[in-house]
Amino acid sequence: MTKQILIVGGGLAGTIIANGLCRQLRSELRCSEVSITMLGTTDKHMYQPGLLYVPFGRIREHELFRDQRSVLHSCVNFFVDPATQIDIENRRVHTQSGMTHSYDYLVIATGSRLRHDAIPGMTEGAHWFYDLEGARKMRDALDAFEGGKVVVNVNAPHKCPVAPLEITFMLREHFKAKGILDKCEITYTYPIGRLHALEPVAHWAKPAFDSQAIKYETFFNTKSVDPAARTITSEEEVTLDYDLLVTIPPHSGAQVIMDSGLGDGGWVPTQKDTLLCGETNNVFVCGDTTDIPISKAGSTAHFEADTIIDNLTSLILEGRMARKYDGKVFCFVETGLDSGTYVWFNYTTPPNPGPPSQMIHWFKLAYNRLYWLSARGLL
Amino acid sequence: MPERKTVDARGAFCPGPLMELIAAIKLVEVGDEVEILSSDKGSAKDIPDWVAKVKHEVVAVEERDDHWSIVVKRMK
Ligand SMILES: Cc1cc2nc3c(=O)[nH]c(=O)nc-3n(C[C@H](O)[C@H](O)[C@H](O)COP(=O)(O)OP(=O)(O)OC[C@H]3O[C@@H](n4cnc5c(N)ncnc54)[C@H](O)[C@@H]3O)c2cc1C
Repeated sequence: MTKQILIVGGGLAGTIIANGLCRQLRSELRCSEVSITMLGTTDKHMYQPGLLYVPFGRIREHELFRDQRSVLHSCVNFFVDPATQIDIENRRVHTQSGMTHSYDYLVIATGSRLRHDAIPGMTEGAHWFYDLEGARKMRDALDAFEGGKVVVNVNAPHKCPVAPLEITFMLREHFKAKGILDKCEITYTYPIGRLHALEPVAHWAKPAFDSQAIKYETFFNTKSVDPAARTITSEEEVTLDYDLLVTIPPHSGAQVIMDSGLGDGGWVPTQKDTLLCGETNNVFVCGDTTDIPISKAGSTAHFEADTIIDNLTSLILEGRMARKYDGKVFCFVETGLDSGTYVWFNYTTPPNPGPPSQMIHWFKLAYNRLYWLSARGLL
Repeated sequence: MPERKTVDARGAFCPGPLMELIAAIKLVEVGDEVEILSSDKGSAKDIPDWVAKVKHEVVAVEERDDHWSIVVKRMK
């Protein structure tokens, strides 16, 4: 009997897992002992971190995309046919086109999505760069912007913990290069009582903000935006005026997770070391959609995916799990348009970022290209 | 009886216990509670500070062997 592996979600996590399994289970796939099927929402794969550069015109849009089929190993049966119901009890997934896929092993990798619609006035009043349409609009807004009050507003939960700081530094440098910095006042808002979730990053960011005259408002969780009055108000009852509002909207998990009753907010209850869904022994969860209290980042998805590849392979070949996920996360932090640093940590090792350098910035730029090797499972 | 959801944020460096609480409290009904488990001693101060600012309510703070349990009720 063919063992059927079904992967829901063809983003970073799903793609790395599919390609990694194809490499590890090559001979089993060849003689049809194993099959790998992936369900996605689109035939294009987007390199999301590249969106950070779109508002500044520093990346061409076509560089963000590849055909999903060209990124996937040819052994993967890939369908652009979103899952509409994940039925864990009966080991079946129903799709938009009316198909039903049964599975022996399921991987849920449906990511997270932007919920600017969850905050009154945010969709109309704010700009964001976390999706392509938003990044394009933000680019137009920056082109037209001649100075004024800029608010960079961060909401929880959100993916990529460092992008909010990066965009703030990059905006400042952009205004400087445009010759309008003296007409701009930048205020950064953050949900908790410091400038970043990671304590050492917050300690490093504070003097950097102070020296660059970037203001900040901590303990700021957005309640509403008034696009007509150009104000943003927090649950903590602070109101700020803005001429340009750049937001990192709050996120939720995918609709299918909610519709299948798998987890509040679309976050799937996940064992932090095995990455198994709840009490199951054949449903793995990977990437942004887990409810593990850990950064929602590509690197998290990548390290989790590596663990799942080993465990699924081992389960199929030897009937046992191979290893545990140690909570590893690695992030580059762009500290301006020409310098960067990095930070890593896991469940037991706290983060400790080094001093920024131009070299690390170049490495991040190089990673923007190397990503495609990583998604193919070659890096 | 209010419903209570527990978030185990022990050993969570990023986004950390308070950010987990902020995300979790959005998902419960007004009047329900979130219990947050944190091994970061800063949480015993940070969380009540934020709860006071945003006008929710701290129902209990308990120091256990190697972590804190802080229960917060959503008030609005
Ligand atoms: C601007 C920006 C900058 C970033 N920078 C970094 C960075 O520097 N470093 C870093 O580590 N991370 C970064 N990230 C975060 C990173 O891109 C994500 O954390 C990562 O993509 C998560 O992988 P994932 O597979 O869980 O989710 P995704 O890559 O988002 O993939 C989820 C996939 O599931 C699909 N899906 C959803 N619902 C269904 C359904 N019903 N059926 C089938 N498929 C479905 C979606 O369409 C999507 O393709 C950044 C993100 C953004 C937006």
